Amino acid sequence: MKIAVASGKGGTGKTTVAVNMAVSLGNAQLLDCDVEEPNCNLFLGHPLQKVRDVGIQIPSISRDKCNSCRKCAEACRFNALAVLPTGIMLFPQLCHGCGACSLVCPQDAISETTHVIGTVERSASSARRVELYQGVLNIGEPMASPVIRALKQYIDDSRTVILDSPPGTSCPVISSITGTDYCILVTEPTPFGLHDLLLAVELVKELQIPYGVIINRHGTGDDSVEGYCYENNIPVLMKIPYDRRITELYSEGIPFVLQMPHWKDQFLNLFIKLQVLTGRY
Amino acid sequence: MIKQITVISGKGGTGKTTLTAAFATLACNALIADCDVDAANLHLILDPVLTDRLDFYGMKVAAIDRDKCCACGLCREGCRFGAITEGFVIDIHACEGCGVCELVCPEGAIVMKDHKAGEIYRSITRFGPFVHARLGIGEDTGGKLVSMVRKNAMEMAKMHGNELIIIDGPPGIGCSVIASISGVDLVFIVTEPSVSAIHDLERVIEVADHFRIKAVVCINRYDVNAEKTAHIEEYCRKKGVDVAGKLPLSDVPTKAMLEGRTVIEYKDDVFAGRVQDIWYRVHKELI
Ligand code: SF4
Ligand code: SF4
Repeated sequence: MKIAVASGKGGTGKTTVAVNMAVSLGNAQLLDCDVEEPNCNLFLGHPLQKVRDVGIQIPSISRDKCNSCRKCAEACRFNALAVLPTGIMLFPQLCHGCGACSLVCPQDAISETTHVIGTVERSASSARRVELYQGVLNIGEPMASPVIRALKQYIDDSRTVILDSPPGTSCPVISSITGTDYCILVTEPTPFGLHDLLLAVELVKELQIPYGVIINRHGTGDDSVEGYCYENNIPVLMKIPYDRRITELYSEGIPFVLQMPHWKDQFLNLFIKLQVLTGRY
Repeated sequence: MIKQITVISGKGGTGKTTLTAAFATLACNALIADCDVDAANLHLILDPVLTDRLDFYGMKVAAIDRDKCCACGLCREGCRFGAITEGFVIDIHACEGCGVCELVCPEGAIVMKDHKAGEIYRSITRFGPFVHARLGIGEDTGGKLVSMVRKNAMEMAKMHGNELIIIDGPPGIGCSVIASISGVDLVFIVTEPSVSAIHDLERVIEVADHFRIKAVVCINRYDVNAEKTAHIEEYCRKKGVDVAGKLPLSDVPTKAMLEGRTVIEYKDDVFAGRVQDIWYRVHKELI
């Protein structure tokens, strides 16, 4: 079963839920899809090894063959090519690697090279029961989705896979949660939390992924999130109370189930609930 | 010269919007822009009165004319984003709008169509003019929308004679963040003493560095972990980044939010006073 953990708003506790669930289950694959800010391993502390670079194919223009006809720059819809008196110039950060330029070049002056935008890493030792994979987007690179897609190729369908999605509702979130069996939306019980939860709900509905809500820092704020869930028949899967101890363990990078073992049972329960909800139990 | 400051955090949920709203209360003659277009929240506190709504068009998307399509499959072969299904339907979430399919289609069955990807709102609030936006679900043109919000903010600031634009930035380090900090005078980074926030802080400082923008840091909920707070201060000192101030863990931000107020408007002078001190330091950096 593939379980995505997402949220509209950042900082609601996605990583907390993903890591604690993986640690509680023991035998699971954990994919950190928040490639702009991968944080899961801060809680696991696994030694990591790189499994691959992620690149996109960008044009490389032969100065000898190019006669500055500008056709490539006109074809590029991302404004990645500029015609200068000295020839064509590429802005690699704008290039999406679509290949339109090489298709239209009448001089056959464009070949392609790989431009590395990030990497995929995994736990170095397979002896660990929680097997972590993470994508890392290089600093200054704007496009997260290719890294997420590369990362998801390492999903092992025979195992329980937990995917920690980036925040928001834009393209990288779609790349992360498509193809999963269930999506947990983590929120906090505040007006901001509710507002962003509504956006996240819209997204999972559109993708037709079954979903439920975990309310984090329960006890702060108000009960508008819970009210909304009940009114709309959205299962509230778990409430994690606001507890200074949990905040402190989080700040240290310790999965709280390790110090508060009764929570481990709660996460195992949660997993069973998800199996029931997806008709696997 | 209109000055611009962007509030970012790397990691979400550190208190970025709370502080942006507080700064909006404290600044005189500022325009506020919410560039967290993916999960905009500032309007919930600023309670804007809408004056103008603009459609935002992102990249065009491909559309196949079924009558002309001969199912040759060349478009599907040419598309590098897997956006054309077996049945020759365009997956609009996957389509990046590159136009390769249109180029290769021998039947002229594919045209690139305008695609509304969001909306931009101009409004007036009790603290001054305000621009915010909403990006459609699953769109990938966040960076472009952020640039549009900033362009609208700049136009409006000129019109209203504002001296400062305060920008609430998005989380992360990708295209929306780059678009929301490019060319600003100061980046204000809100962090907290946790391993995750520190990791993200380091990445975000690198991004600011990469684009040569001056950054200052604020440590929120500093008392949750004294050791980590000391670590952040040490790290910032090494990087030559000023720590503009520290805020304690407090329920004031949530309580104020529930009342739709900024922490400055909320009746807690101690917390408000601390935020004020930070604002004065930031303001000094700006002038
Ligand atoms: S590959 Fe596509 S995005 Fe890149 S330069 Fe060529 S046309 Fe532009
Ligand atoms: S425009 Fe580009 S991304 Fe969209 S369907 Fe055509 S080839 Fe694929």
